[in-house]
Parts: sequence; structure tokens; C-alpha cells
Amino acid sequence: MARAVSKRRKLIVTVLAWSIGLLIFFPILWTILTSFKSEGEAIELPPKFLFFAWTTENYAVVQERSNYLLFAMNSILLALGSTLFALVIAIPSAWAMAFAPGKRTKDLLMWMLSTKMMPPVGALIPLYLIFRDFGLLDTRGGIITVLMLLNLPIIIWMLYTYFKEIPGEILEASRMDGASLGKELLYVLTPMAIPGIASTLLLNIILAWNEAFWTLALTTKDAAPLTQFIASYSSPEGLFWAKLSAASTMAIAPILVLGWFAQKQLVRGLTFGAVK
Amino acid sequence: MATQQTRALGKLAVAPSVFALFVWMIVPLAMTIYFSFLRYNLLDPNIACSLMHPGQLFDAENRCLAGFSNYTYFLTDPAFFKAMGNSLILVGWVLGISVAGGTLLALLLDQAFYGRGFVRIMMIAPFLVMPTVSALVWKNMMMNPVSGFLAYLFKLVGLQPIDWFAHAPMTAVVIMVAWQWVPFATLILLTSLQSLDEEQKEAAEMDGTPPLSYFWYIVLPHLIRPMTVVILIETIFLLNVFAEIYVTGTGGRAGNLPFLVYQYGLISNDIGGASAGGIIAVILANIVAFFLMRMIGKNLEA
Amino acid sequence: MGTISLVKARKAFGDAIIIPGVDLDIKDGEFVVFVGPSGCGKSTLLRMIAGLEDLTSGSILIDGKNMTEEAPSKRGLSMVFQSYALYPHMSVRGNISFGLKMAGMPKDEIAAKVAKAAATLNLTEYLDRKPRQLSGGQRQRVAIGRAIVRNPEGFLFDEPLSNLDAALRVNMRLEIMQMHKDLGATMIYVTHDQVEAMTMADRIVVLNRGNIEQVGTPLELYNHPDSLFVAGFIGSPKMNLMDGAPAAPYKCATIGIRPEHLDISREAGTWPATIRLAEHLGADTFLHVDAGLCGMMTVRAEGEYEVASGAKIFLTPEPSRIHRFDKDGKAIRK
Repeated sequence: MARAVSKRRKLIVTVLAWSIGLLIFFPILWTILTSFKSEGEAIELPPKFLFFAWTTENYAVVQERSNYLLFAMNSILLALGSTLFALVIAIPSAWAMAFAPGKRTKDLLMWMLSTKMMPPVGALIPLYLIFRDFGLLDTRGGIITVLMLLNLPIIIWMLYTYFKEIPGEILEASRMDGASLGKELLYVLTPMAIPGIASTLLLNIILAWNEAFWTLALTTKDAAPLTQFIASYSSPEGLFWAKLSAASTMAIAPILVLGWFAQKQLVRGLTFGAVK
Repeated sequence: MATQQTRALGKLAVAPSVFALFVWMIVPLAMTIYFSFLRYNLLDPNIACSLMHPGQLFDAENRCLAGFSNYTYFLTDPAFFKAMGNSLILVGWVLGISVAGGTLLALLLDQAFYGRGFVRIMMIAPFLVMPTVSALVWKNMMMNPVSGFLAYLFKLVGLQPIDWFAHAPMTAVVIMVAWQWVPFATLILLTSLQSLDEEQKEAAEMDGTPPLSYFWYIVLPHLIRPMTVVILIETIFLLNVFAEIYVTGTGGRAGNLPFLVYQYGLISNDIGGASAGGIIAVILANIVAFFLMRMIGKNLEA
Repeated sequence: MGTISLVKARKAFGDAIIIPGVDLDIKDGEFVVFVGPSGCGKSTLLRMIAGLEDLTSGSILIDGKNMTEEAPSKRGLSMVFQSYALYPHMSVRGNISFGLKMAGMPKDEIAAKVAKAAATLNLTEYLDRKPRQLSGGQRQRVAIGRAIVRNPEGFLFDEPLSNLDAALRVNMRLEIMQMHKDLGATMIYVTHDQVEAMTMADRIVVLNRGNIEQVGTPLELYNHPDSLFVAGFIGSPKMNLMDGAPAAPYKCATIGIRPEHLDISREAGTWPATIRLAEHLGADTFLHVDAGLCGMMTVRAEGEYEVASGAKIFLTPEPSRIHRFDKDGKAIRK
């Protein structure tokens, strides 16, 4: 419903909102701009905003020097792998809890949530030792499993809240129509739940991509994703701001794009369905 | 509401995730509890402790039992109080800033103006930035005392630039972390604002409610629930902030509890001490979790 | 053919008893309506017949065969749901044919059946649309089409008209009755609307807290309610019920008289009353009156009855139309 708003007021709000928005966005904007500067111009004062010699050289150098592609590939593999792995386990669980709930389903959901409350440092030492003893340190399989378990509760919760919105009568209608459970899930539930499953996937990719406790603690090189790659710039090499900026831009750009699509899902997923 | 057959299938379908999460939760926790009662240093062979304390008890792998000494050691370590203090400062300040700031920003974004969608994504973006990137960008390009952007601004208005990480590391960390979490609060409060009944707004308008009373009597009560959600969820994440401190190298002065445990374990190799610290962190987190679970549980009923 | 029998059918969720135990025989080709207030267990009973809910004990016989443990689709019944429960991602054609496809029917046979059902229900031009592109009435037809094509022994309707607006509801009511006439199949129809029950049913089953209060034809229930509950539930506007002093001359705890069975006079009668409100419907006028000891009563006057609020009138019940109930709410018959 459109409400009457005076032009003047709208203009004032526009100026105010854009100023604050740009202020908050500034560090990211600045990083992106710096990534196109030469190292000299990057630290020059007063800083130059748009009128500098634009160059994409930094991106080429970062690629070449630091195996950026390997880290990026790891980020993609870890995010996708852990998410798909979790979905395979979570879809049947969420179906059961949404459509065939027992007396203890709610307790079970709460318990799953509670595993998320566990501070990672409580598990850091044993997990580190287990990984070391089983040769899992710095392996993709190992870290994928950890990320999968880390986000499984959120995935189950999100799917659960989406499935809950599908009227049970439709599934019952398919049962009246003679569909077996397998066909019910395949022909009726899954097609209806695709938007929900896609949002869940999106959110989880974002979370896994940005996860920076376990990836820092359990990977070093072979399985290291972009979090670790960026962390390596905290060494004196980080003084090369233009290159740091190029690397950072490459690390956050995909997620900024995904996040733009997933704003609503972020809210639902991160509040366990408490705010929609 | 189902037949027995579907319920039986349901149990089968839930089993894998329950099993996985159970193992994930119980095995490391049990090991951490066990380690916390050992004198267990990865670098220091066990012989040392048996020489020092004749009559020492050992476990199956020949590690000496330590009783509660790890706990007493960790709890009396001045670094523990420092870390606890830092944890509380970080959580407290970031919560305050993000709830207040988030409310104001959400109210602003709820207004009609040109380019609303674009401004919204700009304001949410920091939340999507990888913590390690945020840490390095702030440390170097924003807060560097010589050529950082803030230094430039300070000089521009004739002030002495601050060497943030040398003189005010805690402030620097709070700014950095708040920058990431204000957007989260904004996003959630905005979503909730937009679910405020349009007819309720119109009814208030017909009643001639002045804007401040409208905010106080209608908007704020509506936001109480999402605010609690924001506070509790942020608390969980903020208690566990790690990457920002690790990457900026502020662990020495602004290190929080997770960083201290990391230091004990992976830097000093004191597995027993780190485990005791981990258990203390778990206990603290559980106190917070208790309240969060109760609230989300209530929402589940509704 | 399509007889359906419930034998001591009982349903409990833990300690909560929904249906304490119901016995009911439904004849082949009969149109039976389950009616009762919300929460009376009528939908649960229907879902038990459909096989969507287990029985805690007792059995369900369809066509003489025990179907208590049988899967819903094996019972030879079709169901029309309150929300229509159409598959949102399938076209109208897909929705109607899904059950046939599941049954493994050859494609050309399916096409023929769908075409026929669509023609009967005026859906032919909508076959390729998705449910969200249809109006409420059209969705309702699709749901019915989906039920028809399977050629069931019996149809189960779970409050199918409650989501439609009033005018459409009357239309669909007639169409469902016509369908029943044409197909001759057994139909069980659940509703909380006593008007639907009265107009559609061969027999009405009145349910109260999971128990059958009374089973009978609409007019049996109207003329001879077995209990206060049925008396109050069937008929619109409601029967006037009075206990205490007005009931004493009739030697019972409560008497009931329908609004249409009261004679109105401006001069003399059994009960003096004061007009409080008059509802003018054109064909009838409903007077809400304060009848002193008898309390508030509703009276039906034929045609346009001009009267001012506060006017005094007298009411006289038709003696043969007085219903008497004992203190347990059971009807006393002479």
C-alpha cells in the first residue's frame, strides 16, 4: 500500500540514508578502489578516490604469486561439499520432523539447536588431536565434515520451517492418490520445497565460506580456503595494500553477490525461524 | 497426526542426523573434560611430572592425572581475568552498539526514499565480509597510524592520528566487530519492522499519534522480541570471536577467552590447561544458551 | 458396493480421547453428513475412514471388507480436502491425472478420463493452468475432478466449501448434490454448517465431543431432536430453550420451541414480551424479544412485520411443536 510521503521529506531521507549507507560501506568500497591502484598510490596521502591510474595488475600478481586459485578452489569445494553433504542428511530428517512429528520432535529440534551453542574452543583441543592422529589435518575431507556438522543444525531448522509451511493436506492428498512414500517425496514434496531448499543452500554456502575458526585452526595449505589465504597477509607481506585489497576483493565478491540474493534467508536461518 | 507407518519411517529418517550431531557434541566434549584433568603437554614428556611428584597417578597412556590443578591454574592465571574482562567488554560494547545502531538504521531503511534496495545491500554488506578480510582491511587501510584512512581524516581536522592497535587495541577490536554485527541487527530488526501490520500503522495515523509516541507505544513493543533474538544470537557469536583477534595480532592485549584457550593449547601446547579453559568457556556459553533456548522454545509454541 | 461401516471405532492421542467409540453403518449410495461444532471429532472420524489416521481400536469395513489396516489409496475412496490440497507445481491436468498415473494406467486412457472429467466440471479450457492461476471455485472443481477420475466407491468431503464466499457456496452445494445423483456413489461430507447438512444430506450424523448424538434424516432431526444439543444445533435461527418456571407446566426440566412455531398477537397470549430488535429479511422478520421469565427469545414473523422497538406483544407456542427435555438434556417423548 503506497502511502503519501511528501517529496521534501523523501529527499531528506534519501540524502541521509545514502550518506550513512556509504559510510558503513566505505571500508569495502575503499578496499575495492585500492585494489585497482598501484602500491605507491595505495598508501599515498591525501588518498585518491577515483582519479588515479587504474590498473588490474594487482589481480594478476596475486594470482601468480600466491596460488590464489588453489585457495579459491578449496573455498568452493568446502562450501559446496559441506552444504550438499548436510542437505542429504537433513532433508529426510526435516521431512520427518515436519510431517510425522512424534512427542519428542520439539525436544529433538531444541537439542539440535543446542549443539550450535557449544563454543568451538570447547572442542578445539580434542578435534585437533583427533585430526592429527588420523592424518586429517589440512585435508578437504576432514574440514568438510567439520563444516557439515557445524551447520547441520541450522540447515535442519531452516528446512523444517520451510517444510512446515507446506500444507500437510497436500501430502495426504498424494497418499490418497496412491503415491508411495518415495514418490510422495520425489513428485510432491521436493518440487514444492525447491525454493526453501535453494535458500538453505545459499545461506549455508555463505556461512561455510566465511567460517574462520576451524578453517584457521585445522588447515594450513593443501585444504586451506580463502580465510587462511587472507590471514597469511597479516605477515609483513600485508604491507602491500593494493595486493591485499585485490585478494580481499576476490575473497568477498562472490559472497556479496550471493548475500544480495539471500537477505531474507539470512534472517530466517540465523534466527532459527524466530524472525521471518 | 499421522499413521504408525509414517511415524516409523520418520524415526529412520531422523536417525542419521541425530547420530552425527550426538557424536559431534559428545565425543569432543568428553575428551576435553578428560584432558582437563591431565597434566598433558605435547612438548613436555610425562617423566617430568612423575619425577616431581612421587606417587603420581597415571592414566592408560601414561599421562599423569592432575585433579583440579589445571582449573586452579587457569582460573588464577592473571591472563584469565584479562581475557574474561576483554570478552565482556567486547560482548557488552558490540551488543550495545549493534542494538541501538541497528534500531536506528532499521527505522531509517523502513522509510520511503530513492535507491532503498541499494542502500540496504550497502548496509548489510559488512556482515557478509569474511572475518579475516575485515580484520586486515581495518588494521591496515583504515587504522594504520601513518597512511590509514582514519589517520588521514584525523589530520584533516588537525588532530593527532591514533595508533589504534598500539594504544587502544580493545577499542579497535570493538569497532571492527561492531562494524560486522550492526548490519546483522539492522537486517533482523528491519525484517521485523516490515512485518508490522500496515493497518496498525494506518490506525495510529488516523488517531493522530505523534511520531515519537508511535515509536514508543507501537514500534518498540513490536521490536522487543527480535531485539532479544539479536542480543542472544550475537552473544553466542561474540563470545566466540577469534579470527579478528588472531589476524590483527591483538591477542596479547585484547585477547578474549577463546584466544587464551587457543594460546594455551596450540601455542604453549598445554593440552590440560587449554582443556580446562575450554570447559570454562562451555559452562559460560551454556548459561547464555539456557536463556536463548527458552526463548526460541517459546517462539516455537506460538 | 459402497457400504461403509464403523465398528467401535476409537481414537485417542495418549490420554486425550478424541473418539471414544463410534458405531455407524452407511448404506451404498447414501449421502451422509457429519455435522457438529469445531473440535467435535468429525474431521478425525473422516480421516480415520480415509486411512489418514490410525484407529486406536475398533475397525472400519468398506464394502464388507475389513480395511482398518489398509493404505489410504487401497480403500477405493477419494477425498476432497478443505484447503483443496492441489499440487501447486502441477497443472490442472497434472493434478487430476496424478492418481491415475500412480495407479499405472495407460496414457491414452488417462487422457480420455481427464478430458471427460474436465468437460463435466467446465475445466477444459483451464487444463494447462497452475492452481494459483485459478479462482477459489475453480480450484474446488479441480479437487473434485481429482476425486472423480479414480471412480471411487465413495467420496469423502472435508468441509470443502468453507473457503468459498457465500454465493459460490450455494452453487457448489447444488453441483455436489447433482454429482451425487449422477454418480450414485456413497458420499460422506463433513461440515460445521447446519444449513449445508440440512440441505444436502440423506442422513445427518450429529457429533458432539466424539460421540454420535443422533443419526437421522434432516427432518427427523428437525422435528424430533433426541437431545438439547441436537435441538440447539439444528435449525436456524436456533430453537428457544427455557428452563425453570416456564417449563414447569410441561412437567420437564427444559422446554424448547422454534422461532417459527410461535404465534404472535398484539392483544393476548401465553407469554408477554417486549420487542428489543427486529431483523427485516424481506420474506421474514426475526424479532428478538425480552419475554420476562422466559428470557430472550427469537420469533419468526412471516413477511414484513412492522413493529417499533419497545412495543409489547404476546407469544403463544403451538402445543404440538413444544419439545420437552429432562434434566440430563434427553428428549421426553409422549
